[in-house]
Amino acid sequence: MNEARKRDSIFRELQKNFTAYILVLPAAVYTIIFGYLTMPYMLIAFQKFNYKTGIFGSPWIGFDNFKFFFSSSRAWQITFNTIKLNLLFIVFGTLVALILAILFNELRSRLFSKITQSTILFPHFLSWVVVSYILYSIFSTDYGIANRTLTSLNLSSVNWYSSPEYWTAILVGSSVWKDIGISLVIYLAAITGIDGSYYEAGRIDGANRWQLIRHITIPLLFPTIIILSLLALGKIMYGSFDMIYAIVKDNGLLYPTTDVIDTYVFRSLRNIGNPAQAMAIGLYQAVVGFILVYGSNKIVKKINPDNALF
Amino acid sequence: MPKNRLFDTLNVMFISIFSILCTLPLILIFIVSFTDEKMIQMNGYQLLPEKFSFEAYNLLLFGNTPLYQSYFISILITVIGTTIAVLITGLAGYTLSSMHIKYRNQLAMFFFITMVFNTGIVPWYLISSGLGLQNTIWALIIPSMLFNPFNLFLVRNYMKQIPNTLTEAARIDGANDIYIAFRICFPLSLPVLATITLFYGIGYWNNWFNAIMLVDNEKLYPLQYLLFKLNSEISMIQQMQSMMNTSPTTVLPSESVKMATAILTIGPIVLFYPFLQKYFIKGLLIGSVKE
Repeated sequence: MNEARKRDSIFRELQKNFTAYILVLPAAVYTIIFGYLTMPYMLIAFQKFNYKTGIFGSPWIGFDNFKFFFSSSRAWQITFNTIKLNLLFIVFGTLVALILAILFNELRSRLFSKITQSTILFPHFLSWVVVSYILYSIFSTDYGIANRTLTSLNLSSVNWYSSPEYWTAILVGSSVWKDIGISLVIYLAAITGIDGSYYEAGRIDGANRWQLIRHITIPLLFPTIIILSLLALGKIMYGSFDMIYAIVKDNGLLYPTTDVIDTYVFRSLRNIGNPAQAMAIGLYQAVVGFILVYGSNKIVKKINPDNALF
Repeated sequence: MPKNRLFDTLNVMFISIFSILCTLPLILIFIVSFTDEKMIQMNGYQLLPEKFSFEAYNLLLFGNTPLYQSYFISILITVIGTTIAVLITGLAGYTLSSMHIKYRNQLAMFFFITMVFNTGIVPWYLISSGLGLQNTIWALIIPSMLFNPFNLFLVRNYMKQIPNTLTEAARIDGANDIYIAFRICFPLSLPVLATITLFYGIGYWNNWFNAIMLVDNEKLYPLQYLLFKLNSEISMIQQMQSMMNTSPTTVLPSESVKMATAILTIGPIVLFYPFLQKYFIKGLLIGSVKE
């Protein structure tokens, strides 16, 4: 009885606002195909998947794909690299953006502030492929600026593209360079949003500029910093494929420090051609990733419900 | 206050140096693209080369290169994709923001779930190839690019601020949802629509993931993927060279050609930058203020 009434009311609502529901349909269909329909495919992680027979015809093999992955030493290496790189991106990205935002806020000339912000934001609009060209122009063994500078200083040149030990720093540097503009804009907006009367009160009490920054700006920015960092922490299992693959490509010499879960999954799928194996790793990434998103969102919600994702 | 003046000067100096350092790498590849190939081989990449040359651009712009084809593909997918994407997102945003729609919050949840639970590239690949998109122009337009729930929520949050009385008045006058969406809500939401146009547009222009996953046909390479291939496959440049019929004794301008191609892909971004920046910052600030 109740069920029938509910169904009836859904039907009536759809009928009444038919046009409006039609307007949302393209987006909904897209979301079903590329969102919800992708979910059953996760099951192939437990199969010996065959393209010809598909998900219904391939034999089930339990956890073999997972066993294969976790028994290799690569599993821990790529997990470690993914988390290491993301943590460093968060720490350095936040730190540099924060310092810059505070310094920008002290600028008196708005025009100067605008022009320099524009320059710092610009790299964000470049693709990682373009960034890989820039890195190549710096670190290329034969022609790169880095080696030419080293030799002109009578130091021996370095084979950058076969020395994994440098690439953690290089990747962190490129990430900061490319995306610092965004965090700068956000932090600067947060600082501008601080109530001016705090500063007024501080000035009346005789505080100097540094003291105002230390005792007003930084503490009041803390919630923003924590929330942005926690939201980034939620995505820590996802190394950006775009970035790493554009820069490192299939250069196995650099894998020890640069190979992340996303690039490994890509290679298992495209180069090795084993979707089931790739899916097993992807599933591991998705599950841990989801727990992290859920957990960090819960903490964000506790600090400030308005900033929570859900 | 001399101490304050000193701080201001140092601050301006520091920020100037920092932003110059930020642009220096770009200036470097720009200059290399105009450098004589012999100079590069002798001295490496330099900010102040001894001899300039237009050879790389000459080869790229007037030779029989894949550049024009890729430019065409990139512009095509960016224009078609962005237009459809903004339309889909705008219409869905209208429905989700309309107070008279009973299930608007359930619909929002429906879109939101896919944002949080990411199934990764394997199902994405199987579905895209299952739809028969491989090696078609649609492979570059549809998968993961055509609709983004994040942009939907930007639009919805913006449209929610439109006073209800405006749309209600039109509804009482007999206007239907399509009329209200196009004639009332969209004109009042131009800033957010510009923002998502920019997000989608940049996404399409810079995308090479779809190409690497779903396209083998060189005729369909978008600019970014051509650039990606150019760096790893020197044979592509040799191909161009042979098409130019230049004598084999001349130096192959492979280094400067690479950098010139990179510069040419950045071109449109530089051109649109004032617009990009304005609406990008607006979008960031709308996005960070939730409901």
